[in-house]
Amino acid sequence: MTLMAEKQIPAPRTITTKPRTSDKIFRGVIFAGALSSLVILAAIAIFLGLRGFEILAREGLSFVTGYEWFSSINSDGTAGEDPSVYGIGAMLIGTIVTALIAVAIGVPIAIAAALYLNFYSPNAIKGFLVGVIDLMAAFPSILFGLWGFNILMPSGEYWAKLLHKYLGWIPLFDVSTPFFSRSPFIAGLVLAIMIIPIVTSIAREVFSQTPLDRIQAAYALGATKWTMIRAVVLPFGYSGVVGGAMLGLGRAMGETVAVFTVLNIIFQANFQILLGAGGNVASLIILKFGEASAEEIKALMAAGLMLFLLTLLVNMLADLLVNRTVKQGR
Amino acid sequence: MSTATLNYPKPQKPWRPKQRDLVPTYLGVIATLLGTWALVEFTGLAGKLGAFGAAVLCTTVVSTFLAGRSRGKQAAKNAAVASLITSLALLAMFPVISILGTVLVRGTKGLYTGFFTTDMGLASVNDPLNVGGILHAIVGTFLMIVIATVISVPLGISTAIYLTEIRGPGSRLIRFLVQAMSGVPSIVAGLFIYSAIITGSGRGFNGLWGALALAILMLPTVARTAEEVLLLIAEDLREAGLALGATQWRTVAMVVVPAAKSGLITAMILGIARIAGETAPLLFTTGGGDATNLNPVDGVMGSIPFAIWKALISGSAESNARAWASILVLLVLVMILFFSARRLGKARR
Repeated sequence: MTLMAEKQIPAPRTITTKPRTSDKIFRGVIFAGALSSLVILAAIAIFLGLRGFEILAREGLSFVTGYEWFSSINSDGTAGEDPSVYGIGAMLIGTIVTALIAVAIGVPIAIAAALYLNFYSPNAIKGFLVGVIDLMAAFPSILFGLWGFNILMPSGEYWAKLLHKYLGWIPLFDVSTPFFSRSPFIAGLVLAIMIIPIVTSIAREVFSQTPLDRIQAAYALGATKWTMIRAVVLPFGYSGVVGGAMLGLGRAMGETVAVFTVLNIIFQANFQILLGAGGNVASLIILKFGEASAEEIKALMAAGLMLFLLTLLVNMLADLLVNRTVKQGR
Repeated sequence: MSTATLNYPKPQKPWRPKQRDLVPTYLGVIATLLGTWALVEFTGLAGKLGAFGAAVLCTTVVSTFLAGRSRGKQAAKNAAVASLITSLALLAMFPVISILGTVLVRGTKGLYTGFFTTDMGLASVNDPLNVGGILHAIVGTFLMIVIATVISVPLGISTAIYLTEIRGPGSRLIRFLVQAMSGVPSIVAGLFIYSAIITGSGRGFNGLWGALALAILMLPTVARTAEEVLLLIAEDLREAGLALGATQWRTVAMVVVPAAKSGLITAMILGIARIAGETAPLLFTTGGGDATNLNPVDGVMGSIPFAIWKALISGSAESNARAWASILVLLVLVMILFFSARRLGKARR
């Protein structure tokens, strides 16, 4: 009997880990698709660098530090007598100033909203409020621009005047001429509203990862809700929230249409945030693109490269910080 | 002994506040209302926002005082913070309400029945509102969205599959790059297409280039949402597929992707919502024509955001009304996309 049985057992199959041909093809195709983001990012840097190289090489460091943007061109399209000068210093400062205003106004509101949604809001309206915030993230930027120009501007001006009246002795809130319309402050307000949804959703996610046992331990020790938040939630979520704020900063730096609609673009480094003069690299590109000469287009490409590198850097730092608290990819 | 004679005591609910205990609360509400009225009436806090600020101030002061009086210093702090956080959270909702209201009120003025069936090819921006429409823009936006979707959805989903199913070399780097890419300013995408394609090739502005720029912006949204969705698929399903002798390709194509279908559609819709209102990249790539153009590879093509942009910068009263009407159309489109994505997302859970 046993001999018979042994005969019927087929030879053991050789076990391999070699993937089938179909799997090889599958993995190859998917890998190629997955590389697309790498390829696109590299291509953006390469092409913008290639077109802008000439201007970058000629202007050198003064492209970043210079305050003058002058394209010398005659009416017939040929290059003019005076040498062209391209410097985005004023616009870079404007970008950073407006983005910082946005963060200073938007991030506290966003953190409060995230805390409210996680720890205060009744369950019945929580879903609705989250929906409202998410919907805000889906609004197109031109809508914010149009709304900001028509609706927010008048009241923003009013608040700017109040700020100037009572806090004008602080250099930041001083103005050299009483012109409050279309100021970096108002642009910052619009940007603040635009970054609130993204910062809120990241802060909410970070706060919701707070270990429940620590929260309950705090309550067991007699903490009120606020002492619990201060002792447990905020320290735990700190780096994640900082990352979220930086992500908001990156968004605010790259915003184009809304800023262009609201801001009065002037080529000077303006630190008086209530004065109606300012700029932003992205809106510079929109402003000059329409009637730019071939050379100026190259300068605009170089400006775009700077903007790209700046926002990429800010975003990468932000992602590193957020990923430290939120383990899984968002 | 019948049970009817048993006399149950009436439930007392001693935790319920008595009317007498609620007196301070009522007084507090009255004090808040009076204080708000006084602040708005006698100080510079004007407008809706000013009234809101005054209300916040009064509520905070009164609730802090009440909590402090009955339960001490810590409770007072707690009440103050709770009131501040709640009001800041409410403040975050303000713009949404204001935006929706404004667009609805101003947008409906510029609408008429021909708005969706005529284009601006023969109409100038200063023509009265019953001439011209945004047919060209709707057609252009639709075509560009379709092309961008066809390009970015396969790339985005294969990125997500690589990150969740294959988990091959460089997964962390790719995930990081996708995250970084989602922060690339939209204007850079437009500039990139302009520098890489339009300056090089002799072909001018057209819809395809616009769609390519939009695809760059759509890709990270699709990839990230799809990755989240695929991570939610139970590991058991994959193991069951493999245990039945399926290759990885068959497992992914026949088990994982069908299981995640509604989620992947959500990812696509969210991607479309992301790009539907993008203006900046289109300014560099499409040319923004006024006549209806059905051919994405030849000639300038309009789009809703570009139509708004054009109406906005021309500045006349009629074009302003047109801009608001177009933005109403755009907003309705975005909201339809948003709510269908949410509904699909809810159905999944």
